[in-house]
Amino acid sequence: MESFIHIIILSMLVTTAVAIVRVKDLFAVTMLAGIYGLLSASFFVLMDAHDVAFTEAAVGAGISTILILTTLSMTGRFEKAAENPKSNYKPALALALVTVTGALLIYGTQDMPAFGAADAPVQTHVVPRYLNDSATEIDIPNVVASVLASYRGYDTFGEVVVIFTAGIGVLALIMSTASKAPVALRASMEEHVVLRIVSKMLIPLIMIFGLYVQFHGEYGPGGGFQAGVIFASAFFLYAMLFGLTAARKVVNNTWIQALAALGVLLYGSVGVLAMINGGNFLDYNFLAQDDVHGQHMGILFVELGVGITVASVMIIIFFTFSTRKQRDGEPD
Amino acid sequence: MIVHLSVLQVIIPLMAAPACLLLRKRELVWAFATLATFLTFAVSVLLLSQVMQSGAISYEMGGWEAPWGIEYRIDMLNAPLLVLISGISAIALLAARTSIENEIPENRHSFFYIAWLLCMAGLLGITATGDAFNVFVFLEISSLATYTLIALGKDRRALWASFQYLVAGTIGATFILIGIGLMYVMTGTLNMADLAQRLPEVENTKTVFTAFAFFIVGVCMKLALFPLHLWLPNAYAFAPSIVTTFLAATATKVAVYVMIRFIFDVFGFEFSFTHFPLQEILMTLGIAGIFVASIVAIYQDNLKRMLAYSSVAQIGYLILGISFASQTGIMATLLHMLNHGLMKGALFLSMAAVVYRLGVANLSQMHGIASRMPLTMAAFLIGGLSLIGVPLTVGFISKWYLVSAALENGWWPVAAAILLGSLLSVIYIWRVIEVAYFKSVTESTPDVKEAPFSILIPLWILVLANLYFGIDTSLTVSVTQMAAADLFGGLR
Repeated sequence: MESFIHIIILSMLVTTAVAIVRVKDLFAVTMLAGIYGLLSASFFVLMDAHDVAFTEAAVGAGISTILILTTLSMTGRFEKAAENPKSNYKPALALALVTVTGALLIYGTQDMPAFGAADAPVQTHVVPRYLNDSATEIDIPNVVASVLASYRGYDTFGEVVVIFTAGIGVLALIMSTASKAPVALRASMEEHVVLRIVSKMLIPLIMIFGLYVQFHGEYGPGGGFQAGVIFASAFFLYAMLFGLTAARKVVNNTWIQALAALGVLLYGSVGVLAMINGGNFLDYNFLAQDDVHGQHMGILFVELGVGITVASVMIIIFFTFSTRKQRDGEPD
Repeated sequence: MIVHLSVLQVIIPLMAAPACLLLRKRELVWAFATLATFLTFAVSVLLLSQVMQSGAISYEMGGWEAPWGIEYRIDMLNAPLLVLISGISAIALLAARTSIENEIPENRHSFFYIAWLLCMAGLLGITATGDAFNVFVFLEISSLATYTLIALGKDRRALWASFQYLVAGTIGATFILIGIGLMYVMTGTLNMADLAQRLPEVENTKTVFTAFAFFIVGVCMKLALFPLHLWLPNAYAFAPSIVTTFLAATATKVAVYVMIRFIFDVFGFEFSFTHFPLQEILMTLGIAGIFVASIVAIYQDNLKRMLAYSSVAQIGYLILGISFASQTGIMATLLHMLNHGLMKGALFLSMAAVVYRLGVANLSQMHGIASRMPLTMAAFLIGGLSLIGVPLTVGFISKWYLVSAALENGWWPVAAAILLGSLLSVIYIWRVIEVAYFKSVTESTPDVKEAPFSILIPLWILVLANLYFGIDTSLTVSVTQMAAADLFGGLR
């Protein structure tokens, strides 16, 4: 039965991917990409990877869809045909290259251990310690959170910096060069009364859910990345329905940038504090008298840092894009 | 704090970057970024001396021992590269404040410095880590920051160049990630030393072959090995001049380092060179790269683009050194990595000075420019001689060891090809010298002054380094010799 569901979801994934390639309406492509994300998330759930599924649902199906839509409102909805037929566009060559790459990947799967096999190297080498000892070494129920925030916490620090770098890139390249945003424009969906009323009720719930995901990450799927994305989406919703000018009253440019920086600094400071207390960078055992308590504190603060930076950067990206659209006047 | 040096040199710039966002004022941001970079440079130098005295250093992130946690590992192979990255970055930042005045709008300067710090931290992180997945994370940091830095170029084509690099770089990074993932599937570990121990058990599997192929192709994309170099010339030509200085001297070197680390340390010499026709592939592509790129360089009017093609050719030499599969060969590659960083740093920085005064770096507008900007062009001349490989410059040392490695293998035609490649570089450097020194000033020559000291001083520091390490080779040669010996001695 389970393999039957696998086959259905995977064939839906392939169909969606083919549709994404063939459809010329970029609005439809964006929605299909969102569906692709949701399907992947469901597939991850079937593979018992709930944290990954949650992230994919929040990022792949959720936030990236919104960001691409915002971009589309600036660039126009339809793919333009290649202007110069003699340009470097060589679909046959590209297809050949992709086919070779795909064939090589399939070739590589032949000697892989079977999925979920108990004697696969991934199950027998590093993972047993995470599964067996994290209960005493870190003492939180969600092992994924232990690995992410403590055993491999330095990678996660790097990931937060990746998000931060993306925010810096957007600010550096498309931040409004004009000092002030022009006179208020009406929100794109301002006339939808039903949407406005429903979303007014939903926004506080979304924010509370974001906080729940943030602080519940040690017990179930969740954590700073997903929480930050969910929290930011409440701001997007508000901006889309009530206009950027209204949303700007809540989100101040200087403050949101400062928050993005502070999240990274919070994460890093936890590491530095451990160093000052005599441990290695990010060694949470040195944060409190007893090791497990230190681990709990460390994970709490680094996850908070992640959440703050992710939410702020998402808001920065969305607002920078939207403001840019206003500055450029009406889209064509 | 001494025990923390290996992590400090990455987290200083990594945490200075968000701190810069809080400072906001661009003068303040520049000062703080430069201070942080010099601090990082000092840490790297201390690290190198520590490694030379007492051998490799291992540092456990979060106190978790490898392979459960992430390990930083500094040895003879990566310590000199760390010094090169932070050193070039520090010197270039001194000149950056002046150089970007005319190239980047003022309200973007703060973001420019932040992206710079992130880029440097990313490159340092890739180099310092002993964990395969951590390589990928820091690769993402440096790549994203690099795309930003390139896109900040004055010319609108910088955006297009950056986008092309983004697509190529993302494909490269994805291939690297696929490679790492497949390695993890077969071994259950991400730690490089642990991988090296566990890979032999499974090395005769299709999955490990595929992992190797994907990883190496991905890295070749990042290091712009001919014919995967197509993103590089535009990116270097249209990026702000000071960014090109930094990237040309460091970024591709880091990718070459990753390649060496994985070929020799992780997969091991036997696997890489006996199971794969790696030697033939790398030699062919290396030589092809030297010739094609050098010949294309001869026909460029934009000198930044000319030097970019020259970089592709120089990468050919680096790859050729690896293909010798010998201790002398790998030593020549390591030596040329450091030396090429110095020469390209000097050459591109002299172009930054030209662009500062002229607004462009087109040869057609540089008739007799040496009489107007004597110090800048003298620096270019010495950098050029170094690139050609004239004695008393670092270039000569590199070429010397490359040729002797070729002869050691008995590869006479390859040795001849290396010398022929040098002759090609004589042509494209000479074109510039002829126009700048021997053409008389015409009406089209802009009436400009010598570049300001804020660019000239960093420029001449690099030029003198080219000469110093060309004459006193004891440090660079001994370090790279030890690194090469480690790579061949520590083999299974």
